[in-house]
Amino acid sequence: MNLLLVTLFLPLIGFFIILLLPRNSKAPFTAALLITLATFLASLGLIGPVVRNGSQVSSAVDWLWISSPSMQIHFHAGIDGINLWLVLLTTLLLPVAVWMTNSVIAEDRRKPFFALLLLFEFGIVGVFSVLDLFAFYVFWEVALVPMYLLVGSFGGPQRVAAAMKFFVYTMTGSVLMLTCILYLHHLAGTFDYLEIYSRLASGQAVLGPEQQLLLFLGFFAAFAVKVPIVPFHTWLPATYTEAPAPATFLLAAVMSKMGTYGLLRYAVALFPAGAHHYARGIATLAIIGIVYGALLALIQPNIKRLIAYSSVSHLGFIVLGLFTFTQQGTDGAVYQMVAHGLSTGALFLLAGYLEQRRGSMEITDFGGIASSAPGLATAFLITLLASIGLPTLCNFIGEFLVLQGAALTKFSWAVWAAIGVILSAAYMLWMYQRTFLGKPNARNASFPDLRGADWISILPLIALMVWLGCYTQSFLPPISAATSRILEQNRQNEEYRVQLPTQVTELRHER
Amino acid sequence: MNLNLWLIPLFPLIGFVLNGLLGKRLPKGAVTGIALGSVAASLAYVAFVFSQLWPLTGAHTEHYFTWINSGFLNVGFDFTVDRLSAVMLAIVTGVGFLIHIYATGYMAGDPGYYRFFSYFNLFMFFMLVLVLASNLLVLFVGWEGVGLCSYLLVGYYFTEDFATNAANKAFIVNRIGDFGFSLGMFLTVFLFRTLDFGKIAASVSTMPAEAGVGVLTLICLLLFVGATGKSAQFPLYVWLPDAMAGPTPVSALIHAATMVTAGVYMVARVSFLFSHAPRAMEVMAIIGLFTAVFAATIGMAQNDIKKVFAYSTVSQLGYMFLGLGVGAYSAGIFHVMTHAFFKALLFLGAGSVIHGLSGEQDLRHMGGLRKAMPITCWTLFIASLAISGVPGFSGFFSKDEILAAAYAHAPWMFWVGAITAGITAFYVFRAWFLAFFGTYRGHHHAHESPLVMTGPLMILAILSAIGGFINVPEWLAPLYSAPEAGHVSVMAISATMGLLGIVIALFLYVIRPELAERAKKAAGPLYTLVENKYYVDEIYQDVVVAPIEGISRFLLWRGVDEALLDTVFVNGSGRFVRSIGGLLRQLQSGSIRNYATWVLAGSLLVIFFIGLFGGVR
Repeated sequence: MNLLLVTLFLPLIGFFIILLLPRNSKAPFTAALLITLATFLASLGLIGPVVRNGSQVSSAVDWLWISSPSMQIHFHAGIDGINLWLVLLTTLLLPVAVWMTNSVIAEDRRKPFFALLLLFEFGIVGVFSVLDLFAFYVFWEVALVPMYLLVGSFGGPQRVAAAMKFFVYTMTGSVLMLTCILYLHHLAGTFDYLEIYSRLASGQAVLGPEQQLLLFLGFFAAFAVKVPIVPFHTWLPATYTEAPAPATFLLAAVMSKMGTYGLLRYAVALFPAGAHHYARGIATLAIIGIVYGALLALIQPNIKRLIAYSSVSHLGFIVLGLFTFTQQGTDGAVYQMVAHGLSTGALFLLAGYLEQRRGSMEITDFGGIASSAPGLATAFLITLLASIGLPTLCNFIGEFLVLQGAALTKFSWAVWAAIGVILSAAYMLWMYQRTFLGKPNARNASFPDLRGADWISILPLIALMVWLGCYTQSFLPPISAATSRILEQNRQNEEYRVQLPTQVTELRHER
Repeated sequence: MNLNLWLIPLFPLIGFVLNGLLGKRLPKGAVTGIALGSVAASLAYVAFVFSQLWPLTGAHTEHYFTWINSGFLNVGFDFTVDRLSAVMLAIVTGVGFLIHIYATGYMAGDPGYYRFFSYFNLFMFFMLVLVLASNLLVLFVGWEGVGLCSYLLVGYYFTEDFATNAANKAFIVNRIGDFGFSLGMFLTVFLFRTLDFGKIAASVSTMPAEAGVGVLTLICLLLFVGATGKSAQFPLYVWLPDAMAGPTPVSALIHAATMVTAGVYMVARVSFLFSHAPRAMEVMAIIGLFTAVFAATIGMAQNDIKKVFAYSTVSQLGYMFLGLGVGAYSAGIFHVMTHAFFKALLFLGAGSVIHGLSGEQDLRHMGGLRKAMPITCWTLFIASLAISGVPGFSGFFSKDEILAAAYAHAPWMFWVGAITAGITAFYVFRAWFLAFFGTYRGHHHAHESPLVMTGPLMILAILSAIGGFINVPEWLAPLYSAPEAGHVSVMAISATMGLLGIVIALFLYVIRPELAERAKKAAGPLYTLVENKYYVDEIYQDVVVAPIEGISRFLLWRGVDEALLDTVFVNGSGRFVRSIGGLLRQLQSGSIRNYATWVLAGSLLVIFFIGLFGGVR
């Protein structure tokens, strides 16, 4: 039995099972937890083959899905070093989200929540694992719908406006991508990613510079909104703040990786000339995002909004790493996708527990709670330290490699981006001080600490933050194997790099 | 030969984990046992390692695992012991152990006893990693880790705003330094393709003298920026005086004896780079010298006993960088060692006074304590003699090495340094006289501290007195060329300066106390300027912090993010689409007569265009 199929379709089956279960009972929770845990266990089986050879696709599935004379759409999925850890991150965080939902969402509303979580898992795992452009687009939208519903029906007071902005904004980007997918099909005659990729690699198919620029921009539009890259980020603070805690947790930890993953897998890998051509501009945007997000995080009065802007800043590192076109930068970017998922996810998880206990996310409503909730304060501090890139914790590895890659490509990039590292300490520690330290006021004097059940959700994440930070040999080699292949491919297509669009138009005039 | 060097930092790490997780439930004796036992184990293991490697002429490196491997970059988790790290290992474990013992007395009544010692042990772990590291990145692990522990321990009294503010300041200012450090690392990788000290040293030695001078100078300057953060040099020294908000053993261990010397150690570690970058060395010498004078003058006008010693630490670290900058690496490390002895003693003595006075830190509320606290008084006297550079005491030897090297490099540096030595002697003895002489001006009942506290004081007093006879420069001779031999007149001048400072302090604060007030008045605005630390904190607040906050809040958040991007572009495009829709909606009026009108108008238009472009002839 193919474990990827299990990982992918078990959540979908679970979605239907939960719909059949009674509303006000423990059953939906039990079912959701068991299904997500089973999915996680199944996904663990994906590791072995990839670790043996990270540059090759393993656990592959290839079915003919829709067949017509003009186009063949396959359901083609597989795992390699680039998506392995992202799939595992997703399957690991879903049980955590289910667990968290059970304690922060009112009982009579849990059933649809669990159902939507499972549908979301199906969509996200699909996005990360499919290798057919059309199927990719389908899953891209499938993942969007449950998240839209989660934000729109379970969120805060401004939830409808936030959900609408989130949906329309991301949709606008993805429609451009769809157009480009169809155009690419027109050029290549297939939707199959590996097919296109190997034809380009072997020189059987050639995308001219103009085509690459166009296709790159179309894909980039969808991914840039999804990441988001500044200035396409304004949906993010609103959505993250209004979304219910488990949804914010998944948005930040998993969903933001759809964009960065897409950038690497599709935009950079398929259209190297386009990527190289726009690299300077995109890296500049990424760096602006790093500094800008950090500066805005400095002065946010709301904990969720603060973490949201810090997320914008951290995601800038990932994008920067991808567009250094160095082994270090690309490895760092992929590593940072996982590390950011863990650390920012855990921050939102703990923020969710804070919100549940105080009914607010305004920093001024907190203060001095370390005295009565030392466990929560300690867990938050460790997570925060991971987030600001303390060595021995996960984000450091990613940030170090990204900045190293940036320094090798263009030293000034590293200089500007490293300012974000300074600022991250400032905004996080100021928030921590105002929230947890100081003398508690009367309301916060007996703030409930984390319970045993809460610890179950946070401890695995903390353990992984330490593991990723201390022993990268467990995770990095398959990533390196896969990214080095893409970079190698990029170098082979170097001939297009020198051709600027101005020269291209001149050529056409001559004709 | 595999010596399992990793055991050295492992013991305190175990102590941290045990006390951190279980300390709350353990009896106090067990917490003490774990905390002291783990450091004692490290100390013993260090001694064992030395006995195995004696006489340690080369470097002993052990590889444990590949930490990061990406492309050509391969960073191993490797430890090295050579003569340089041996000095630091001895200081960190030895002085660290004494301060741990002292802290069991000082913190005895504190409800967070276990928490304090788990942090203290964690600090030992990271400090030992820093010292043992055999590449820049592992060193950076320790470097950031000790910074974290500094944050935790400065903010130990976390319900107090002064403590948490100081903790944040310490971490954030250090981050600015780390910004330089990490950029220095990136450039090192760019130039050498490795972060390994041994490999970098090898490739530097084969490089022609002029090659890569620009990049090398930049690397050294950036690494030095890191050092100015961690070792509190101008302009990043501002966190260290505030860091005195932590319990006094913390000030002694972290902010005097060990962590703040990490910058000096790091520069000495990569001396092979600095030797190729004379300009960076010049900058380092000048910054060090300037910091030494600058902080010493502030130290003259502080009334908090810990603040006096804090500025003194900043100033003494300046001396160390002066030494490094003029090429006397071994003299700099020598001063690290003697400073660890006498400055730890000064702080522990100050802690003993504070402990004896139930928390009083203000020198104006002390006085005449020498009868109530004889051991504290006379051990502090020895420390004061040592830091003042009185011949025969430890500080004299190391400071003299530095000043001699400075004289050989540029005589004006020597003169500034010698005058600073006089100022140093003055402010240290001012504090000593104010605390222990005259009449008691406070209202607490003073008592001498228990033996667990005075014991370490006495041991450190012995080390402060005779520590100068441990010939560190000779020990380090295989690593660094021997510094200039001290010229007799150089020695005489610096010693005279020190004695002069002591005499002036004696005159102003014991013989004619009323003169001190008059001198203060005579200095007028100058005194106010110094008393307020040249308003550097206020300048930083107004020039750096406030503008960043203002720009972020008003220009970026309210302006760019909310008004421009969100309202104008995002919602604006939504509104634009909607208004077009609204306009087109007008057509769908539902009235048959309107539709008929449109049909007619359309038909006429079609006929008109067909006629115009000649469709029908």
